[in-house]
Order: sequence, then structure tokens, then C-alpha cells
Amino acid sequence: MTTTTGRDGGDGTVRSPVAAFDDPHMQPYARHPERAERVVAVCLLFGVLGFVGYGICFWVGGQTQAEGALLGIGLFGFGFGLSAWGKYLMPRGPFSEERHSYVSSQAEVEAMTAAVVDRGKMVFRRRGILGGILGLGAAAFGVVLTFPLLRSLGPQPKKALFVTDWKKGAYVVDTNGKRVHRDDMEVGGMLTVFPEGFVGQSVDQTMMVRASTSDVKTRPGRDTWGPDGYLAYSKLCTHAGCPVGLYMEQTQQLLCPCHQSLFDVLDGGTQVFGPAPRPLPQLPLYIDEAGFLRAQKGYDEPVGPGFWERS
Amino acid sequence: MTTLGNRPARGLRQRGTQGNGKVKADPVEAGVRWLDVRLGVAKGGRVFLDKIFPDHWSFLLGEIALYSFVILIVTGIWLSLFFNASTAEVIYHGAYAPLRGVKVSAAYASTIDISFGVRSGMVIRQMHHWAADVVLGSIAVHMCRVFFTGAYRKPREANWIIGVTLLTLGLANGFIGYSLPDDLVSGTGIRLVFSFLLSMPVVGSYLGFFIFGGNYPGDGSLIPRFFILHVLVLPLVILGLITAHLTLLVRQKHTQFPGKGRTEHNVVGTPMYPAFIAKTTGYLFMIAGVLWALGGLVQINPIWQFGPYAPYKISYAVQPDWYMGWLDGALRIMPSWEFASFGHTIPFEVFLPAIVFPGICFGVFYAWPFLEAWLTGDRADHNLLDRPRDKPRRTALGAAALAFFFTLFSASSTDVLANFFQISLNSVLWFFRFATVLVPVVVFFVTWRLCLDLALTPHSGKRKRTNVVTRSATGEYATTPSDDRPGDGHHELEPTPVPVFIDVGDRAEPVGADLGSGVRRIPRR
Repeated sequence: MTTTTGRDGGDGTVRSPVAAFDDPHMQPYARHPERAERVVAVCLLFGVLGFVGYGICFWVGGQTQAEGALLGIGLFGFGFGLSAWGKYLMPRGPFSEERHSYVSSQAEVEAMTAAVVDRGKMVFRRRGILGGILGLGAAAFGVVLTFPLLRSLGPQPKKALFVTDWKKGAYVVDTNGKRVHRDDMEVGGMLTVFPEGFVGQSVDQTMMVRASTSDVKTRPGRDTWGPDGYLAYSKLCTHAGCPVGLYMEQTQQLLCPCHQSLFDVLDGGTQVFGPAPRPLPQLPLYIDEAGFLRAQKGYDEPVGPGFWERS
Repeated sequence: MTTLGNRPARGLRQRGTQGNGKVKADPVEAGVRWLDVRLGVAKGGRVFLDKIFPDHWSFLLGEIALYSFVILIVTGIWLSLFFNASTAEVIYHGAYAPLRGVKVSAAYASTIDISFGVRSGMVIRQMHHWAADVVLGSIAVHMCRVFFTGAYRKPREANWIIGVTLLTLGLANGFIGYSLPDDLVSGTGIRLVFSFLLSMPVVGSYLGFFIFGGNYPGDGSLIPRFFILHVLVLPLVILGLITAHLTLLVRQKHTQFPGKGRTEHNVVGTPMYPAFIAKTTGYLFMIAGVLWALGGLVQINPIWQFGPYAPYKISYAVQPDWYMGWLDGALRIMPSWEFASFGHTIPFEVFLPAIVFPGICFGVFYAWPFLEAWLTGDRADHNLLDRPRDKPRRTALGAAALAFFFTLFSASSTDVLANFFQISLNSVLWFFRFATVLVPVVVFFVTWRLCLDLALTPHSGKRKRTNVVTRSATGEYATTPSDDRPGDGHHELEPTPVPVFIDVGDRAEPVGADLGSGVRRIPRR
């Protein structure tokens, strides 16, 4: 028969090798254990019923809310019963355990330090050149590692952020690809447009509104850009690139729903309010002989949010 | 023998310890022996069964995070059986009638199919989303608990750092998962990420183009890339860090609140087996039950209402999942301070709130245990927790930080608030610009003052005991305090070590403590 000792048997104080069954530490926490047992039983039964109920519900075709309620109640009841069993009917304690220090002695710390430092010194003193090459190799490897990890993933930006597909003479089309005619829109109307052949392209998205010509404040150099009150602005917010999608007809302002930058349509798309730093770039339009709206040229500045290479 | 005192060692135990095979062995012991001969589990296993878990409701907050994560893994594996991480264009022909015939991405179509075409799919998909929101919420609340009680102090700085990393990775993976269905709302979030990358000086456009495979929206490789990050890379790292988090917890043992018999050198509470196992397993089931019920009963992220993503479309009241709200709020209230000179542009209005600001926040989180030790000069080991009111400065600082993040979070609904209260967006914006600075300052001083006042109030926070007034036959009145109530501090027994053996043999069984409760003899040596 082996000697059984308590936790701190080492110092000769054996505290509790065998616990009596009627030791208060072994007693349930509940004042009325029979009642607690009944509650636990009911909870566990709820669990069982919930599981079975879900099974039946699933079997007969399933219904989201019923499934949610049945298995939800089942799992919760089952868990509640189990937790209550643990809390109220199992030995309440409190029990304690010592924290054994895992801290090493001073000598062990010194030995470890010496092992690291001295051995390292020994290696590098003798073979300094190898250490240098090792460091060089690690640095070189670190650099070339970014090639496949980053560079392989995509193309270089080059000029992509500066250009759109709006070219001289490009037809203005709506989201269905239909060319927009000068009679298509009433004053106060609003339309998301693209250059023909590029419907849905993110960089090309343009917001075209038709304003009353008398209201428009023409910016210098933009006299011909808004024929018949047709004004076109890049739909990419200059703040963070969300589509500036909310057109408020009464105030003739464009609101970005992401961070509430507000732009004045009548005044060259200038920002009225919010975090956007720049006006929306304006697309110069003209109306050809057949009455279709076309671009005079592309945008004269990069569209969308700011970036380092933008001057 | 002597240590067993007067209790005679009885049959079973003797049979077991002889273990010579001549006597029919207890089957459990046979199992333990089988394992022990091969793996040596008896000694360590016994210590593990005895491991003490201190009791306090606030220690369960981290468990909510752990178990919600378990549920995320399980539901996530199930979802991956159906999800198609591709932006290839398909025409939807599934069970959801309003979308039939619409051109959508394969990712979007398969998510709709999980919701409407797979049995229990809707519940499990929504449960997954709920669990993600709950896991981040419980990490945040758990972090608050650890902060306000000073549990991160020496020797637990490393575990605090792991915890902050888990929060960061959780935020990242939550955002990535939210983006996978390729719906209109999450697509807008991805667009914002591209702009955030662009805002970084020098490397921004390169990073954006590499990660997205080209200018926004890229070449369609983002969703598959996000998918492998979401289901493999980040979960593996998170799993590894959780393992490290719990290993450190076991090695350093739990912290505990001061109380009867509790010192810096012991842990007082419930042993792993049987009570803690029962309670915590039950807890897992309860959390699963709540999340499942939420998944079935409370709609979340109804992507069929948002519609598929198109770069030129957007909906009203665009907001991220709640845990990104503080960043969105920061973006909204930031003034438009773009720097443009010397042929270059630094969009500070995006770079500061979206990149620098979270960087600083997490930097402070990481450094906090060391900062505090440096500020207070306290370099001692701490295993007993602080009561928040006893540390007015720390508590006030934490409350101010919470107020700061909550104000930013509220600022992410400027448009909704302006609409709801019928006030101008401009006023709301300026209100939040001031509130973000002022509210934390006010909260700091109020909290600090409250802590000091509470410290001057003895017995505050303790349960009041009724005084029973009795009148004697002679008409005299006497006042006696009522009986103790369970849970009152002084009612606790003196903690004892977990017993080696429990004598359950021939005794009459005390009421309520049945054998089924798991209190059986537990041999240890």
C-alpha cells in the first residue's frame, strides 16, 4: 500500500488525505438538494425535448424560426441543467491549491545566460566572417521573400490610378448600355453613366445630372462642359472612394452615404461638408449632331481618393 | 498507511494499488493503468483533475469568447461545404424567387443558396455571423475585465499581449468573413479597404494593387484570397494563439479576487473535475443554445435584401459590423486635411483615422502592462486581483478609454442620428468632434471621483443584512441581525486542498450528494 499524502505532504503537514463524505466541503451548495435535483432534471429534459423537437422539425421539412427556437431551447436547457448540476449539487469546496513557483534560482538563470552568451561569443569570435554572411543571407532572403508574397499577387500601379476609360468622343451610356440622348432627362434628373463599352467599370462610374442652366455656376475654363445643363461628375468620392450615390434634388447636392461628404452639383462638384478633401472631378460633355451626349475628353485629374503619386 | 489515519483502507483501493492482476481490477483503474504505462498520465492527470478554477462571474467572459470561437469553427466548416469563393458571374436560379434571373457572383449565389436552399442553412449561416459578433464582443468585455482588475500585471504581461493579438486577428477575420458573400454592403467595405491602402504614403498604391490584383475592384482574385485567409490562415494562427493563451493560463495559474483564505500563493475555487467540467460544459451548451436561437430567430446580414455587389451601387446608411464602428466613426469626424505638395499627396483624412489611429490604439494596448509598471514603479508579482474602485487612476483611465471608443462608435451613425432627430448633419458632426475629446475627459474625472468616494464608504457594495426587531413579553425591543445568506463572504468555509480519497464506502449517503455527482474515490499519489 503506497502512502497517500496531501498536496503539501512534503513539509510533514498532511492535511486531508481522506475526506469524509459528510465533510462540509463535500456537500452540495444547494440548501435544498432535492429541489435542485428536480430543477436540473427538468432542464435536462427540456434539452432532450428540444433536440428531439428539432429532429422532427428538420425531418418534416424544416422551418428557420422553429428550428432556431427548438434547438436553441434544447441546447440552453441542456447546458443550464448541466451547469446547475455542477454548481448546486457537486462538492462546493472551497478547495485550494498552492501556486508552485516556476521561477528558477539565480544560479540557473546565470547558467542559462552564460550558455547563450558564452557559446555565442565563442562561435562568432572565431567565425565572424561566417556570421556576417549569415546575416547578409537572412537579409537577402527576407527581401526576395516579398517578391512572391507580394509582387506576384498583382500588377504594378503604373498609370492605372490616373486614367479612366473616358476618352475623347466617348458616348455616354446608362447602366444598360443605352446611349443617352439630350431629350432623355428632365431638369432635376439624375443618372449613373459610363463610357460606351465599359458599363459597370468602377473607375468610370459617373454621376450625370441635368440642372437648369440658369442655376449653374460655371467654373473658369469649364464654359462648354455642361451643355443644356447636363453636368457629369465622377461618382467616386474623393474621400474614400464610395459611390457618391445620394442625389438630393432640392438642394442639388450629392451626398456620399459612407462618410457624409456633401458636394455641390451646381458649383463644379465642390465639397460643401464632410471629410472629402477635393471637389468631384468633372467630365466635360458635348452634344453631337444626332443629339447624343459624349465626352469632350477624359477626366483632367485622377478620380477617387488621394494617393501618394497624385500630385 | 499512517497518513490514512484511522480510516481503514478498504477493498477496492487495496486491490487497485496492488495491481498484480490476481484480483479483478476496477475497470476505470485498468484504463488509467493502460494509459499510464504508455503515456505516464496518472500523476500529471491527477494534478490536472485537481486544477482549481476560482469562482467569479467575470471569469466566464473569456469563456464566452472561447466557446463562441469553437462554434465559429464548427459552423464555419459546415458553411465551407457549400460556399463557392468565386466572383465568376452566374445567373441565379435558386430558391429565392426575387433574385431569379439576376446576374450575380458565384459567392453571392452560393451564400443565398445556403440561406434558402440548404436545410438549416439559414440558421447556421446566421449563427456563424452572430457568433462572430459575440466572439469580438466577449473579447472586448473580457479585456475590460482583465484591465480593470489589473490581471495583466506581472507575471501575465505575455498573456495580455497574446490577448491583444487575438483581438486584432479577430477583428481582421471578422471583417474578411463579412466581405466574403460579395453583397452590396460588404462590397462597399472592401472598397474602403482599398482606399485605406491607397492612403499610405509611398507604398500605398503598390500594396493596394498587389493585394487586389489590380486597380479596384481587382481581377476577381480578392474573394478567393480572402476565403483562404478566412478559413485557413487566420483561424490557424488564432487557434495557435488561443492554445498559447490557455497554456500560459495553466502554467501561471488563475488570478483570483481577495477573500477568505485566498493569498498571493494559492488558488481557491472549484476543482476541474467534477464541478468545473460540468459547469463549463453546460456553459458551452448554453452559449451554443443562445447563438443557435439568435441564428434562427433574429435576422442578421440579410444579403438578399442588400443585393449583389456592383461598384457603382450603394445603399443608404452604410455601416460596418459593430466592431468596426469606432474606425468608421473616426473616418467620419476627421477633418479633410489632405496634404498635397512637392508632387505628392498624403490623404491624411483617410491615413490618420484608418491606418495611424488604430496602429496607435493597439500600440498602447500592447504596451500598457509595461507603461503601467513604469508609471507606478510597481514591479511585484500579482496573483490577487484589484477591485477597480481601489485603483482610481487606472479605473478612470479605462473608463475614459471606453467612453472614447463608444463616442467614436456613436459617431459612425451621424447620418442616422441626424435623420432620427431631424437636425442638421453638420451639427451632429461638430457635436461628435467635440464629444470625442470632451466626453472621455469628463468620464475620467467622474470615475476618479466616484472611486475615491466609494473608498471612503465602508461596507459599500456588500450585501445588506436585515435587522430583525423582536418584542419581548415585557415589552422590550431587541434588534438582532438576520441569518447569513448563502454567498456572504463570512459564510464561506476555510479552503482545503482537494482530498486524495473520498470515503464513499459503507456510509449512509448524505442527502443530495449522490454517487452520480462524480464524487468518487480519486486515487492520487
